[in-house]
Amino acid sequence: MSFKIASSPHQRISRSTAQIMRIVTLACLPGIAVQAVLFGYGVLIQLLLAIVTAWLSEAAVLKLRGKAVLPSLKDNSALLTAVLLAISIPPYAPWWLVVIGTAFAIIIVKQLYGGLGNNLFNPAMAAYVLLLISFPLQMTQWLPPLSLQSVSLTPLDALCTVFSQYSCSGFSLSQLQSSIDGITMATPLDTLRTDLNRGLTLDESLQKPVFYGFAGAGWLWVNLAYLAGGLLLLQQKIISWRIPLAILSSLFVLSSIASLASSDTVAGPLFHLFSGGTMLAAFFIATDPVSASTTNKGRLLYGGLIGLLVFLIRNFGGYPDAYAFAVLLANMVVPLIDYYTRPRTYGHRPRSELK
Amino acid sequence: MPSLFQQIQAGVIWDFHGGVHPPPRKQQTSQKPVAVMPLPDRLYIPLRQHIGVAGQLLVKPGDQVLKGQPLTAADNSMAVPVHAPTSGIVRAIMPHTSPHPSALPELTLLLEPDGLEQWRPREPLNFATSDKMTLLNRIQDSGIAGMGGAGFPTHLKSGVTQPVDYLIINAVECEPYISADDLLMQEAATTIVKGIDILCRLLNPKAVLIGIEDDKPIAAAAMMAACNQRENYLVRTVPTKYPSGGEKQLIQLLTNKEVPNGRRPVDIGIVMQNVGTAFAIAQAVLDDQPLLSRIVTVAGDTLSQPQNVLALLGTPVSALLDFCGFQPESSQRVIMGGPMMGFALADLSVPVVKTTNCILAPSAQELPADTKEMPCIRCSSCADACPASLLPQQLLWYSKAKDTNKLAEYNLADCIECGACAYVCPSEIPLVQYYRVAKAEIREQQREALKAEQAKARFEARNARLEREKQQRAERNQQLAAARQQQQLASGASDAVADALARIKARQAQQTDGAAGPDKAVIQAEREQKKQQAREYQQQKAAANTEPAAQPASDADSKAAAVAAAVARAKAKKAADSVKTDDAISPATATDKPAADSSTTDPRQAAIAAAIARAKAKKAGATEVATSPAPEISTADTSTTDPRKAAVAAALARAKAKKAAGHATSPEPATDAAAAEQAIEDPRKAAIAAAIARAKAKKQADSENS
Repeated sequence: MSFKIASSPHQRISRSTAQIMRIVTLACLPGIAVQAVLFGYGVLIQLLLAIVTAWLSEAAVLKLRGKAVLPSLKDNSALLTAVLLAISIPPYAPWWLVVIGTAFAIIIVKQLYGGLGNNLFNPAMAAYVLLLISFPLQMTQWLPPLSLQSVSLTPLDALCTVFSQYSCSGFSLSQLQSSIDGITMATPLDTLRTDLNRGLTLDESLQKPVFYGFAGAGWLWVNLAYLAGGLLLLQQKIISWRIPLAILSSLFVLSSIASLASSDTVAGPLFHLFSGGTMLAAFFIATDPVSASTTNKGRLLYGGLIGLLVFLIRNFGGYPDAYAFAVLLANMVVPLIDYYTRPRTYGHRPRSELK
Repeated sequence: MPSLFQQIQAGVIWDFHGGVHPPPRKQQTSQKPVAVMPLPDRLYIPLRQHIGVAGQLLVKPGDQVLKGQPLTAADNSMAVPVHAPTSGIVRAIMPHTSPHPSALPELTLLLEPDGLEQWRPREPLNFATSDKMTLLNRIQDSGIAGMGGAGFPTHLKSGVTQPVDYLIINAVECEPYISADDLLMQEAATTIVKGIDILCRLLNPKAVLIGIEDDKPIAAAAMMAACNQRENYLVRTVPTKYPSGGEKQLIQLLTNKEVPNGRRPVDIGIVMQNVGTAFAIAQAVLDDQPLLSRIVTVAGDTLSQPQNVLALLGTPVSALLDFCGFQPESSQRVIMGGPMMGFALADLSVPVVKTTNCILAPSAQELPADTKEMPCIRCSSCADACPASLLPQQLLWYSKAKDTNKLAEYNLADCIECGACAYVCPSEIPLVQYYRVAKAEIREQQREALKAEQAKARFEARNARLEREKQQRAERNQQLAAARQQQQLASGASDAVADALARIKARQAQQTDGAAGPDKAVIQAEREQKKQQAREYQQQKAAANTEPAAQPASDADSKAAAVAAAVARAKAKKAADSVKTDDAISPATATDKPAADSSTTDPRQAAIAAAIARAKAKKAGATEVATSPAPEISTADTSTTDPRKAAVAAALARAKAKKAAGHATSPEPATDAAAAEQAIEDPRKAAIAAAIARAKAKKQADSENS
């Protein structure tokens, strides 16, 4: 009888890459649920569009590259990219926006760099930036939370809006953005930026209903939901604590100092931590292993850099939120960070002593 | 701040980076006593079972051997012998699949046990009274090599001369499934401690640290009980984590020291021995029982009775598995060693050797086979698991790219191939396999580079040598020339003497040249003569060839005609010669005198000129002889200077005279004479004339016949 020959080790941990991707996707669910409940069903339609586009793009490119299609689709990496992009864009953005973005993420950013594991940039964030600078209007049409909306949207309305930019009853998207008293509202970060530019003080701006709560109505809950998902990932040891902690603490420290120094123009640390995409980015986006730093020290640097960039762009740059830019810029620095933060090998002297 | 030793004494345990926690699965075997296996039918004893070289073979096929009898003898320090595990007959010594990942055949002794278990005479030592050398020799002669897996000769590790602070006894046994050392400690703790006593006598350490993983409480308790009389024997339990049992990792756990890169533990005052080795040392020294058997964990879900077995070295794996109730599945894997570092066997006739601690026959469900390798997603779980703090994902990248410089920069050489990285890899990349291949390639490259370097060095050395020799030669020549010059300068005063010497030398040279001259002339004359004879012979032959046709008509007539023709030819030629030489004679005699004149300035030239003159004179003489016998005197006259030449000339003259006489007696046709007359001018023409004459004679003969 013949015996099977294999290389050691003969035993493996049972968690596969596909499982990791699936768990990360599942950990997004609380956040998605909160988004759907507080901001309407648009996000679900976007998710569906993104996932279908991702699978089709991935299959098409793999076919062109002469690779097996099914194993790659089964690794859930395209699924995760689609989910991350869909939950990042405005829920009632036109359907083609998410289709273009997802196709770009999968085809250009991921597959043209060599497929899974070889992309330099985070695909979802690269696509987000592409959409933001190509279609700035559509990418900033966020609706206020349902509680502040003048017109309530049914699931069917959501579908109509995504595909025609008008609800079934004929409201345009800009009409939907208006609150009951007729003031157009966007995200708290956007509103605050506009108000500060108009010369209002922070306190004056925060009187607006969109800032209900300390981080903006609805956004606090969304961030808390993603924080919960992120803690699950930490508990499952799917992500390391270093990147999220570095992002959150650098953002916290910088905004604390800045708000103490200039309390009229800079929002406090808690506002920064729980508004916009902070928790989503810290736990789900920046921790994408392929494009993030791989060394322990490097991860702290990488996270710290993202926090710094977000702080700078939010407060001094041209965009209300900045995770996509921050993550892409940090992605570029990753090879450098990794090279200079190699750990000391057992039995070797530290590199600093060698010089 | 307490010192390191104080911390160790206080029971501090440190930690090492990384490590993994695979399910231990030791309960299968650790709760049962060690089974003793019946004698197998055949024992396959590889002659080399350790790291090093095989000993010299002492037996031959057909020999009867006793239990414990050495089969090989260690003839150098890197060799340890192997012994007959039981009494029996050596059936063959042949290549057999080796218990090695390569499965390459290695020289193996096939022993057929006779079942008598007859021991050779034994001489136990009293280790307290024996000196170190005796103990080390006993350890080597008993064939003991590291039983933890590496198989390094124990006598080398125990005979180090550097000071040793800590002797670490490795009883960690961190690989899943394996419980061989656990059982050994449970059953033979006292013997192990005796072995440690012997090691202490050899190494004289400050303290003995016995490292045991905390999942072996019974073994740890047994060891503690056995050590309780010895104050500096410290039993330390370390947390269960793979690979705590690695030499470097255990050193870090117990002493917080790192073995510097490229050095050995003894360089930092540490020697580590496996607990099984300590047991074998005790047996070898105290009972004179060489290493004949070892405890092997036989485990896996395809066995009905997984257990630890005391197996003789050489027992085939198949016999061991059958003893434990092996029921193989389809595409069954059998692994020698543990699931993390063991290697799969292709052939179950492979024997148990000194380093075999486990035979694993898992079911497919228990240890699922590899599925498809996926791309690396750089999750760096591998880096978190690496006990050497390497970056496995970077190493994978550079291994695939065959970038040996980068591999060196990322310290591939420090990889201990523990498999922790591949164990945690979610993409199921066989990382260790990539590293092994890369390491082999680097070794090969280094070997090639070394070869090229040696060749280059050889070439350069040769060039340098040639250049050196050339210079030496030039120098020597220069020195000689300088010396000569100096000598000449120095001898400038005694010019008169030198001149006289030169004159004498010149005279001597002249004389010797003169003696040689006549000889040359003689040789030349002889050569001329031979040539002439050859020409005559050929002409005669030509004549003889054309004549036979005329022969039947009138033999006597034609023969006579032929002879006449030949004589005529000879005459014609001689005449021609004489004509030529006559022409030449006058200038030759004319030059004779100036040559003789010049000879006063140069003796050599003079000699040559004289020789030429003589030769010419001779030729002239010869022609004179040919025309008439009278001028004999004249030739004698010309050769008065040389009696030999004169004799030769005389002889020639005589011969010619004889021929002339013969010619006078023979009848001479008129045509012949005419032809001869014509031929005076040209010997060739003479030949043609002779042929014509012959043809005419033939016709005449023909016409006479008809």
